Amino acid sequence: MATETRTEAALSAAGVLRALKAAGFTDVVWLPDSESGFLHQALAADDTLRLVSVCREGEAIAIALGLTVAGRQPVVIIQSTGFFESGDSIRGAALSFGMPLLLMVGYRGWSYGGPMADTAAIYLEPVLDAWGIPHNLIERDDDLEGVEQAWAQARERGGPVAVLVGQEYE
Amino acid sequence: MAAISTQTRRIDCLAALEVIASRRTDQIVVNTMVTAREWPRYSEAEDLDLPFIGCMGKASSLGLGIALGRPDRQVLVFDGDGSLLMNLGSLVTIAAARPKNLVLIVFENGKYEITGGQPIPGEGQFSFAALARGSGIECVYEFDALEPFAAHLDEVLRNEGPTFVCLKVTEVGRLSPKPGRVMGEAARRLREVLAST
Repeated sequence: MATETRTEAALSAAGVLRALKAAGFTDVVWLPDSESGFLHQALAADDTLRLVSVCREGEAIAIALGLTVAGRQPVVIIQSTGFFESGDSIRGAALSFGMPLLLMVGYRGWSYGGPMADTAAIYLEPVLDAWGIPHNLIERDDDLEGVEQAWAQARERGGPVAVLVGQEYE
Repeated sequence: MAAISTQTRRIDCLAALEVIASRRTDQIVVNTMVTAREWPRYSEAEDLDLPFIGCMGKASSLGLGIALGRPDRQVLVFDGDGSLLMNLGSLVTIAAARPKNLVLIVFENGKYEITGGQPIPGEGQFSFAALARGSGIECVYEFDALEPFAAHLDEVLRNEGPTFVCLKVTEVGRLSPKPGRVMGEAARRLREVLAST
């Protein structure tokens, strides 16, 4: 039964890659987390999206905004813990530049609507809300239209929008 | 263990900025902290300048992003020593990304001058040039006098990067007022300029 539930809820690396390309992204700036190994394999094997690896997540925000200034369309892929680490880059750059930015944030500790014990999950949405960063949740390939919707929202508001990834990539 | 460097010779910070401004052609300049306050006195291309203040040392990262996005344009980053210490991993990130058009210049005065001149941790006991080399950046310079810096600057700007330059500089002392332009405004203007060229 558990296997069926997981299959039903699958979020595939290939699906995420397709969604990013369909939305026009050119670069992925990221720091891997324990749940995104398959996504890294897919990105590394793809020659249309440039992968920029960073040492710490705050770098990723600034690099992505630099790419945006230069006319590219980057997406930042980090975990919620890295989102917290990036705080001053988000405050000082992402929320100050007036430019669209998509953040795909791994929702560590997300328990599919049930009670959450991990503070990396408990504080994620309240912090996003406090900063006025809109967010939506994706858990399976069927949700991936949320990527394009979030990007449209980011362009409209001229600021960051977060897609929270509530499922491991498969 | 003896300190790595006990030398005290330093370049006048403003004179260094003046020399860079005199050799600048169409380079994009990202600057932070002290240089963000003083560079507007010398820059003759404000539309290509991007002051980046208050993001805990991320000027090198912002410059890297611009350099990767526009490989046809050279990007100069003026970093502070305290700022770079907050983002040392960016040296490794830059070395790995290998942008040929990025020149990272750290102005090392040994102080957090913008907050009143408190010493940075380990002042005089470590080497930024060694950190850059150890991070995998091959093209590394260090200058503590204006004449050799001025003599080598054309070479620095001609090199295939990424290039790292450590300038041992004096404190400015009485800083110029904060830049009038808002950072986001400058970023959006630079984006427009780059989109049109």
